[in-house]
Amino acid sequence: MTGAPRKVRFRDTQVEMAHGAGGKASRRLVEGLFAPILFGSSTEPLGDAAHLSINGTRVAVTTDSFVVRPLRFPGGSIGELAVNGTVNDLAVSGARAVALVVSYVLEAGLATEVLEAEIRAMADAAARAGVMIAGGDTKVVEHGKADGMYITTSGVGRAIPELNISPKRVQVGDQVILSGPIGDHGITILLARGELDLEADLHSDTRSVLPFIEALARAAGDGVHWMRDPTRGGVATSLNELALDCGLAIVIEEEKIPVRDSVRGACELLGLDPLHIANEGQFLAVVARDAAGAALQALHQTPGGECATLLGEIAAQPAGAVVVKTLYGGSRIVDMLVGDPLPRIC
Amino acid sequence: MRFVDEFRRPELIAKTGDEIRRLADPDRHYRFMEVCGGHTHAIYRFGLKDLLPPNIELVHGPGCPVCVLPMGRIDDGLSMAERPEVIFTAFGDMMRVPGTRGSPLEYKARGMDVRIVYSPADALKLAMANPDRHVMFFAIGFETTAPSTALTLKRAREMDVKNFSVFCNHVTIIPAIRAILDSPDMRLDAFIGPGHVSTVIGCRPYEWIARNEGKPIAVSGFEPLDILQAVVMLLRQLKDGEVKVENQYNRVVPWEGNRAALKAIGEVFQLRPYFEWRGLGFISQSALRIRDEYAAWDAERRFAVPGVRVTDPKAAQCGEVLKGVLKPAQCKLFGKECTPEHPIGALMVSSEGSCAAYYTFEHRKAAVGVPAAGIPAAGIQ
Amino acid sequence: MCLAIPGRIVELLPGDPPLATVEVLGVRRRVDLGLLDEQDPGRLGDWVLIHVGFAMSKISEEYATEQLRLLEALGEAEAAATEVRGYDQEVT
Repeated sequence: MTGAPRKVRFRDTQVEMAHGAGGKASRRLVEGLFAPILFGSSTEPLGDAAHLSINGTRVAVTTDSFVVRPLRFPGGSIGELAVNGTVNDLAVSGARAVALVVSYVLEAGLATEVLEAEIRAMADAAARAGVMIAGGDTKVVEHGKADGMYITTSGVGRAIPELNISPKRVQVGDQVILSGPIGDHGITILLARGELDLEADLHSDTRSVLPFIEALARAAGDGVHWMRDPTRGGVATSLNELALDCGLAIVIEEEKIPVRDSVRGACELLGLDPLHIANEGQFLAVVARDAAGAALQALHQTPGGECATLLGEIAAQPAGAVVVKTLYGGSRIVDMLVGDPLPRIC
Repeated sequence: MRFVDEFRRPELIAKTGDEIRRLADPDRHYRFMEVCGGHTHAIYRFGLKDLLPPNIELVHGPGCPVCVLPMGRIDDGLSMAERPEVIFTAFGDMMRVPGTRGSPLEYKARGMDVRIVYSPADALKLAMANPDRHVMFFAIGFETTAPSTALTLKRAREMDVKNFSVFCNHVTIIPAIRAILDSPDMRLDAFIGPGHVSTVIGCRPYEWIARNEGKPIAVSGFEPLDILQAVVMLLRQLKDGEVKVENQYNRVVPWEGNRAALKAIGEVFQLRPYFEWRGLGFISQSALRIRDEYAAWDAERRFAVPGVRVTDPKAAQCGEVLKGVLKPAQCKLFGKECTPEHPIGALMVSSEGSCAAYYTFEHRKAAVGVPAAGIPAAGIQ
Repeated sequence: MCLAIPGRIVELLPGDPPLATVEVLGVRRRVDLGLLDEQDPGRLGDWVLIHVGFAMSKISEEYATEQLRLLEALGEAEAAATEVRGYDQEVT
């Protein structure tokens, strides 16, 4: 079933924070302003990376910027995010990262030891991910800008031959797989900012998901129809994007959603929904029904993939929506985020 | 999660659902109002409408302190944020609520110092850590939250923290319920009472609803089993012809209320003669102001606020939706000019406002032909 | 107004105002116990209802258990009545 992206107009007169939160506003900005000008009349759904053919070789290319405060947090730092994030974008588009180039925007006054720590973090992360950092660029801006540093990484990779990913391949009956517990990264960052005075034994889940994607490719190959890494906006946003792109419904079961206790506790205290919280080491895969068993098994056998789980499946109705079913027969629609998730008291 | 998970057990939920179906008279159409926005949110979050028979209709009440705050008051609060020395603090719920010239988050984007706090105590702590700035806390909430603001003001005074003030927008729940019952278009059979407000005020303040208005009321907790059990209690009362106040949430709500909390409120606050509620108009004795002894910590007295009344666009039917007379989808602006992304009225901004909850959780189901549960198919309005 | 969560007192902090560390599924937050009844203050191990960083009330385990018991018994009275009616019919 094909789903051409809906005609979207960007009417906002200025850029707001919400446009960067990864939810509805971000999508409107990209689909309504960037895409028509840059991509013209192409009806290809927007993915995590662009796949190109250069002299017959299938190559994938992508880019991502990393803006995070604080720069260092339990489980990682901006440097690691910058490497893993781009490796992961390529991976979930069905490509094996070969090289990254990195660009730094540094704030004047940034301590050298902070910068050096991030450069080392990137080198280590790249080594772990099996990717080369081939080059880069640096700029310095005045004190008061760049929150210390902003990092942009662009990556190029080789298409994994067994994989053919597209929302158009998603069909009714396909199974939705989630790689592991959600919300770890976003809640870690929220707590690390120190504004809410909450303490928990939590760390970011940042890691390369390439080993899992390769395992999936070997086990299920053509049966893998779609993948995404649920970063900003969380699982809810990624699934909503798929539902809109393929024009089908996604029905997931609440008790199957894996959430660590401490993430759950923080979300209950703050009135947040784990489905809307950012992840940096997880992915979603939609797999043909008859390939799902092999896919899950392959993930369970890959170190770090033991928690991979079947979340739900693709249905025909309600088209374009994501539905969460409770154990006792109730259901609710989960929407895309509007802006950043905000704690509430009501 | 202790004291939470037990109240989400599927087999007990199924049993309670069965009991509801057993008790509900098939020839009768029931309209129960849940007063509190937190209940509205819970009903949608847990998909509870799917568990009720179609002849039980849940009507959403006005218990959303963000929703009933007039835009003029938000402008007043934000006018203080414009001062360079002020750090504007508020709960996350307030951050996207639009004033005339933008929401607190938009003010933040324009460079003003706007910060989210989880507790008024955190705002006071911020003041103590930033002696060269002034921390203003935008206080909202019903009686659940007022005692915490009161204690914080007491602490500020005891420690003589000079760079801290509170902009008080606390409102009280009973006048809101009275306004509902006084409304001529209202036809309600019973109430699901606000659980957390009642941890402070107890159950006595609702006795007039049963005695004078003849409506049963069950003060309810917020887990699925709590809300369903409250529905069972109401159905039983209606079946047996009883009319009384019941405390479903007795594991947490004391019948006599919380004496320490009420004492703190009494020491720090007094009732305003009247206060404007968005959508409901001016209601007398329905809101709190800071007492003279605490004037030095009253933001309204420390800063000159514009105090301009801002009326809602005529087309917005927030008042009728707040009173439960109209369903969100029946407002002319719903889903078109007014959406969670571009809210016209406050019911769409707050995540527990009826319109936002309905939009997020139900509207899309209805839009693709899945009937919204709990609403009778034969158009009984 | 309404978001209040049960948590357990895991540490009592010295001084005034009466503060405690309360834990919810491993997440810890400093909570003010000043709204609890002086006659029945918060103790280590007590479960309290937390709202905006203040303990609003203690949670009664007894009432909670009783409530669940009542719900578990739902349908049993009805089942018993059905059984009795069945006997009546058999006898007559």
